[in-house]
Amino acid sequence: MLDFFKFFSKEQNKSKDVAKERLKLVLIHDRANVSPKFLEMVKGDIIKVISNYMEIDEAGFDIRLSRIEQEDENYTSALVANIPIKRMKNMGKNNG
Amino acid sequence: MGEVIVITSGKGGVGKTTTTANIGTALALLGKKVVLIDADIGLRNLDVVMGLENRIVYDLVDAVEGVCRLKQALIRDKRFEGLYLMPAAQTRDKNAISPAQMQKLCEELKEHFDFVLIDSPAGIEQGFKNAIAGADKAVVVTVPEVSAVRDADRIIGLLAANELTEPQLVVNRLRMDMVKRGDMMNIDDTIDILGIDLLGVVPDDENIIVSSNRGEPAVTEENSMAGQAYRNIARRLLGEEVALIDMESGVTFMEKLRKLFSGKNKRKS
Repeated sequence: MLDFFKFFSKEQNKSKDVAKERLKLVLIHDRANVSPKFLEMVKGDIIKVISNYMEIDEAGFDIRLSRIEQEDENYTSALVANIPIKRMKNMGKNNG
Repeated sequence: MGEVIVITSGKGGVGKTTTTANIGTALALLGKKVVLIDADIGLRNLDVVMGLENRIVYDLVDAVEGVCRLKQALIRDKRFEGLYLMPAAQTRDKNAISPAQMQKLCEELKEHFDFVLIDSPAGIEQGFKNAIAGADKAVVVTVPEVSAVRDADRIIGLLAANELTEPQLVVNRLRMDMVKRGDMMNIDDTIDILGIDLLGVVPDDENIIVSSNRGEPAVTEENSMAGQAYRNIARRLLGEEVALIDMESGVTFMEKLRKLFSGKNKRKS
């Protein structure tokens, strides 16, 4: 019975698929020549700009380079950021 | 005018030297005039893999520095008509030669040979730069493991930056049993990731170690799967279309079949 489950869990998570996924991600960084430090710098600047307009959850801020499949089945690199908003700043009042 | 092909990988230990020795020998067996250059100065190995270590008098650095004539640094392999080796210097380092000198050497050699195969050292530094300097074409060797594939990708980028934009891939030491259970990236996975053309797939084969123990390239072993794979690669380099070997049934079976139908006089054809 144990073997039975083992068989299934293995099927879902073949080590070669893990290897392939990990490689794809690491190669995006390698090819773009982007270091974690570089991403931190980008993140810092984005926070600065966005904070002018809205209050954001900095701890939940997630930024990374990713791959996006295009219509022709080729992949392109994309900078993907997930920025949780706490509250919009009332720009009208400030400006007015 | 011959063709200069550099065999490189980035990562060490994936089989550059074995690949160089076997492709070179296979090309010679197909009637081509071939010279193998060991560009791994300070860590030479192509000589022992080829079983020619006792015949070295002069080396690559001697030839480049003019200590000897070019011809004197070439060791003729008496077993295979048309096959020569230019050994690396063992007591010097990578800075003993420059890319410009290497380029000049390749230009001279390809006047006299159909193929000049350069066994590149591991890494991306001076030795690598020397090895690719005179190359018309590059073959990237990798094994289906994350570290080797990642390094291969880096190398492909560096080759492109040096006008070697269409390197071809050799996937070495593939284990069909592991691929079948999903524990090793298969050929499609590897090509999908690296995005270059496939030159050949070499199965993991004990014969490779046995043959390097003896200093006799595995291509001469009729029944070796890896040997067959290298023979196929050589034919592809000559422009022939050769199907990948069926690793499931094994080449031994295929060879037996072929021999059965063609008689026994086709050895080394």
